[in-house]
Amino acid sequence: MHALLIAPFADYEFMRRALAGIFALAIGAAPIGVFLMLRRMSLIGDAMAHAILPGAAVGFLFAGLSLFALAGGGLIAGFVIALGAGVLARLTQIKEDASLAAFFLISLALGVTIVSLRGSNVDLLHFLFGSVLAVDDPTLILIVSIASLSLIVLALIWRPLVLECVDPGFLRSVSGAGGPAHIVFLALVVMNLVGGFLALGTLLAVGLMMLPAVTARFWARDISSMIGIACVCAAGSGYAGLLASYHANLPSGPAVILVAGILYAVSVIVGPVGGLIWLRSPRRHLEA
Amino acid sequence: MTAQLRFHDLTLGYDRHPAVHHLNGVVEAGALLAVVGPNGAGKSTLFKGIVGAIKPFAGQIELGGLGVHDIAYLPQVAEIDRTFPISVYDMVSMGLWRRTGLFGGLGIGRRDDIEHALAEVGLTGFEQRPIGTLSGGQMQRMLFARLLLQDARVIVLDEPFNAIDVSTVAALLDLVRRWHGEQRTVVAALHDIDLVKANFPQTLLLAREPVAWGDTAQVLSAANLNRARQMCEAFDETAEACAAEVA
Repeated sequence: MHALLIAPFADYEFMRRALAGIFALAIGAAPIGVFLMLRRMSLIGDAMAHAILPGAAVGFLFAGLSLFALAGGGLIAGFVIALGAGVLARLTQIKEDASLAAFFLISLALGVTIVSLRGSNVDLLHFLFGSVLAVDDPTLILIVSIASLSLIVLALIWRPLVLECVDPGFLRSVSGAGGPAHIVFLALVVMNLVGGFLALGTLLAVGLMMLPAVTARFWARDISSMIGIACVCAAGSGYAGLLASYHANLPSGPAVILVAGILYAVSVIVGPVGGLIWLRSPRRHLEA
Repeated sequence: MTAQLRFHDLTLGYDRHPAVHHLNGVVEAGALLAVVGPNGAGKSTLFKGIVGAIKPFAGQIELGGLGVHDIAYLPQVAEIDRTFPISVYDMVSMGLWRRTGLFGGLGIGRRDDIEHALAEVGLTGFEQRPIGTLSGGQMQRMLFARLLLQDARVIVLDEPFNAIDVSTVAALLDLVRRWHGEQRTVVAALHDIDLVKANFPQTLLLAREPVAWGDTAQVLSAANLNRARQMCEAFDETAEACAAEVA
């Protein structure tokens, strides 16, 4: 039992680093994912991840495999696109998802163009799809800082964020905090995706953000417990996924996301809040 | 009497077409004013203008020293996401926003206020229910509880009694009358003429242009109502720029 569940982490430092990195990501990204889901922005994470990629690529081209350049490029590209789409949505008739679609497509095309102008991109692709087992100290510190910052900021903007989701008209009528809170929230999305792509690659980073969030919807009725469940679920997927990748020699990032996927699939079927088996076998109705 | 809301040659609308055209007048502090008019008469547009949701094409609105966020506003179709996992209690407590702000705690006294507001609208026992489980009437009661907690000097209600049963209307009307008794200014868009005649001392009859404004009995004459009905609702795509604005 010890050999199966604990030894890989006790014996190898890279496994411990990977676990720490994934735990930090889980705690930072899963609450963000819950809010994205509740605001019907589940696919926005995916679009944003695409938007970050070219930024990181440009950073790589100018500075090589430096953490600062990759993270900086990704953050800048993500912020520009999130801000642009958020501001445009508030100033014009265009809905935010439409603006984001337009922005991320432009960003992607621009990024690919710049990369191809500069030649070889084999290293880059390798890096962009990430390897959680190769997380070094600076990267780990960055991921943990992002997770800490995003928890603190989320606590600060909690009230306007919830109200902006449930009743944006009322929030506008009592306060001007909705717009700024929304922009800050989008910045958190970008930061967590950048943290995620350093460890898991862009596509999988979205997985650790969204899959646990959607899973939690099947287990909880209020937002606080939903976020708690999503965090536990994301961290658990990280732990089990790393073990699976160690014992079965699977690629680590996809193994983590596949475990999250299995949790999701199980929840869809047996989850007490709207799971399929409860729909198939309804209990007798009550007197009143 | 002091003026709470003052409209100066106010024109509001969408895409250059006026929905409220050259409105002048004063809503006195403590007034209980019904705004009546056919669909498309500009009632909701006027309210959105009062709470600052849309900017006037021309003219202005004075709020008697209040800011737009000091006005309690119940929109006709609230943009509420009823699938959002939030309880009735938490939703109603948002009415305290102006006092708690972003971070302030609720505290014991405010918890009592929330319980009291829920009791006033007959929703005691509904505290932990998710808002998605409420009926239309219960939802409106919940929104009135939130209005109670807002404790605003000016309350703007856009068709608050639509699709609401008789007993709920009676309960909510009691609250409106109480607000009036507390010298708050209440402005409500309504379609039920009998209800207006029975409960609202003053009426603004609107049909894009103000048709009549004053004591309810005089404003809601058959002739005035007829005139309001005949004023056309459709935007005229070929309309010229309004001459009054140039002058």
